[in-house]
Amino acid sequence: MNLVANALGRLVPTEVNGKPAVPFPGVDRFRPSGRTAAPRIPTALDYPEDGNKVVKDLRTALEKCGIRDGYTISTHHHFRDGDTLALQLFDTCAEMGLKDLVWFPSAAFPCHAPLIKHLDAGVIHHIEGSLNGPLGDYCTAGKMRGLGVLRSHGGRAQAIQDGEVHIDIAVLAAPSADCFGNANAVQGDAACGVLGYALADAMYADKTVIVTNNLVPFPCIPTEISGRFVDYVVVQQSIGDPKRIVSGTTEITRSPDRLYIAELVARFIRDAGIMRPGFSFQAGAGGIPLAFAVYLAEMMKEANVKAGWVHGGTTRYLVQMLEQGLTDAVVDGQAFDLEAVRSIGVNRNHIGTSPLISYNHHSKGNFINLMDVVVLGATEVDLNFNANVVTHSDGRLLHGIGGWQNCLYARCVILAMPAVRDRIPVIVDEVTTLCGPGEMIDVVVTELGIAINPRREDLLGAVKGKDLPLKSLDQMKAEVERLGGKPKKPERTSQVVAVVKWVDGTVLDSVFKLPERY
Amino acid sequence: MSRTGTAGRKGEDVRSDVWVAVEIKDSGGIELALKSRVDFIYGESIRELIFSGMKHFGIDNARVEVEDSGAVPFVIMARLETAVKRALGEVPEWLPEPGPSLGKPSYRERWRRSRLYLAGNEPKFLLNARIHQPDGIILDLEDSVPPEEKDGALILVRNALIAVDFGECERMVRLNPLPRGLEEVEILVRAGVQVLLVPKCEDEEQIEELDKKIDNAIKKFREKREVYLMPIIETARGAFKAHKIARASERIVALTYGLEDYIADIGAQKTKEGWESLWLRSIIVNAARAAGIQPIDTVYADVLDLNGLRESCLMAKALGFEGKGCIHPRQVRVVNQVFTPSEAEIGRAQEIVRADQRAKAQGKSVAVIGSKMIDPPVVRRAQRTLELAIALGKLNPDWNQEEK
Repeated sequence: MNLVANALGRLVPTEVNGKPAVPFPGVDRFRPSGRTAAPRIPTALDYPEDGNKVVKDLRTALEKCGIRDGYTISTHHHFRDGDTLALQLFDTCAEMGLKDLVWFPSAAFPCHAPLIKHLDAGVIHHIEGSLNGPLGDYCTAGKMRGLGVLRSHGGRAQAIQDGEVHIDIAVLAAPSADCFGNANAVQGDAACGVLGYALADAMYADKTVIVTNNLVPFPCIPTEISGRFVDYVVVQQSIGDPKRIVSGTTEITRSPDRLYIAELVARFIRDAGIMRPGFSFQAGAGGIPLAFAVYLAEMMKEANVKAGWVHGGTTRYLVQMLEQGLTDAVVDGQAFDLEAVRSIGVNRNHIGTSPLISYNHHSKGNFINLMDVVVLGATEVDLNFNANVVTHSDGRLLHGIGGWQNCLYARCVILAMPAVRDRIPVIVDEVTTLCGPGEMIDVVVTELGIAINPRREDLLGAVKGKDLPLKSLDQMKAEVERLGGKPKKPERTSQVVAVVKWVDGTVLDSVFKLPERY
Repeated sequence: MSRTGTAGRKGEDVRSDVWVAVEIKDSGGIELALKSRVDFIYGESIRELIFSGMKHFGIDNARVEVEDSGAVPFVIMARLETAVKRALGEVPEWLPEPGPSLGKPSYRERWRRSRLYLAGNEPKFLLNARIHQPDGIILDLEDSVPPEEKDGALILVRNALIAVDFGECERMVRLNPLPRGLEEVEILVRAGVQVLLVPKCEDEEQIEELDKKIDNAIKKFREKREVYLMPIIETARGAFKAHKIARASERIVALTYGLEDYIADIGAQKTKEGWESLWLRSIIVNAARAAGIQPIDTVYADVLDLNGLRESCLMAKALGFEGKGCIHPRQVRVVNQVFTPSEAEIGRAQEIVRADQRAKAQGKSVAVIGSKMIDPPVVRRAQRTLELAIALGKLNPDWNQEEK
């Protein structure tokens, strides 16, 4: 495989899964050309006269879609670790004797580990999407036939829109749908709030199948995915485990050290003057990105400041902020608990969005540029603020990119995480995998203090004289290494097993096969 | 004699600790079997550390098994020393590099609003404890350490005192009850402990004994820093002797009490309001004040009930206590808040002290604010509030000169 050094000196292939790929030329240096992709012109002549697109079962739908070996099939991850449709889909494909399919999920979860048998058997050729847990280990062990392609949520929408990835069939779980294929996610026992991750799939796939366990009379109100994009509707008993659809990540962390970091983040946002009437921020689920919002809400109450809008990952904490008048609007990419699902169904200031709309870099402007501050995690950050979010320090795939890269376009980007995890330092000489260029990362907050990127003179000025523990990344690194020792550079092989795409589709870095002894 | 020893912990849920097994042999050199979660970056340095340790202990032939869950070097050193000690009985101490907070002296009058208890045998909580900003950090050798781990805990605590950056926090250790606690003094003094908490304190002779041990250790190591004492009263007998105990040594800076043992001792029932310990609490405050030391309240057990904690702190403050123990980092802030003078309290104290100064300048014996006379004890209390405010950075030390 031909590897070249990109603008940040990372070795990347120039061809990914048989298609040419552009090495990252620097932030905002890549200019796309041509026109966006488009599916063929459909005609109503080809669809049932009575408007009823319901077919017997998933297999029938796939057959009617003309499924063939080598097809790219997409699913969405709004059911998170409660998804059962992807497994059912590939079990069905295996029964049909299909081979070499490409699975193109918006994200994969531990519940998808059983797909390994379909990778081994050749039903699935490779996966283009976030890889972690057993699927990640499978990839970094070099067992997957094609390269893993890791994209941000926005990058995935961009890839679909630009024709970089052509979806042959989108199989989309919908908590509620009517016979025409209009679908939403706010009703039914699998209600997951929004279906934003499925929007680009529905619009650009050659064929779209809606799978629901809750068929409602026409029209499905509200409609989030329009039936005009839908070929077939499958109705079945279950499409996921509702208990695990919204779970796990919505509790405030109890770790005192993480709470301390979260509070430090909130204090920074307040003291740097970012917390002012009408400001906007992004909150996540779980860990520090959730906890900081709770602290920030208290500070907003105290200072009588109301936010303009909050982008989520929505939990009951954000819903409370909306209902207590601490924000005018919640723009919701993903509902993390049932309170969020309830709220989006009833509150007109709680609106759904899609990565196609809010994270897609190849759009007429970038929605995230309007966001004042975002708080993200990372597994590693180097002294130039370059950060890693997909691999562990030993090179194992750990997380998907999610909206992480897209959010780097916010006006102030804060990475918040412990400086050391069981002796493993987070601040390193060189990140294992580069996912975010340091020039876009403004602040790093750890339990050891707050480091502001020297490029952000405005922020340095804004916090001058404030009671905040400011430190350089070098200082934090030295503190960690004093007690834990200086780490050796981990070994790695030169065999690329996956690539990390930037938001514009260029190749930012490679993930390498792990040495055997790991 | 057994020639094997193990120390530390291993397993899925173990973090920042290490398990070490040493089997002393007669030949074959040092054979090391290492399993580590951080092998990919620290494997080599762990191997080097183990080999240099065996050299330090003068052992040429042994099988060493190490299962590491991300322990930092001073923890690995403590566990190896413990394992070897358990195999051989006595070994030369193996001390880590001193950290930045070692060597800073404490002082008698410093404020002790909050003190955070940390289990002495649990490495993972030691490393970042300072970020929660308690006035003191107590590495506990007593109740949180099971009997069979007392020796290992002492070595771990010693290494932590030397290596960990405790920042501005006063470095405290809760000893085991005497006489065992006496055996722990020397090693802790050498490791730079600043305050020793003495549990189950029942009479002044115990303190005198302890005092001698400290004298000897200070002499032996030519230690320049003073070591202070905080006796803990936990029995009826101790309560009756509280005043004598409080005055038993110049080193005593504060007096506190332990509730659970005391309640069991007097055969009382625990009430939400704490009536059963009201007498004890008043005795502690009075004994401490009579001896000119700080009365400090005990801990609040329900770590999730921060409102309950706040009420408990307010009650303690009202009774005359100056601080309270914490068993979880989240309690520290509430405790610090309550025992820190508020802006209003500081303003009122300034007013009183100024009135007193005016009165003295005018040769009057009693100060007056408006139509109210200010008694000397009120002035003393106001001065104390201002000293605390200055110590906590809430008031400029020159506040009085500035405005003249």
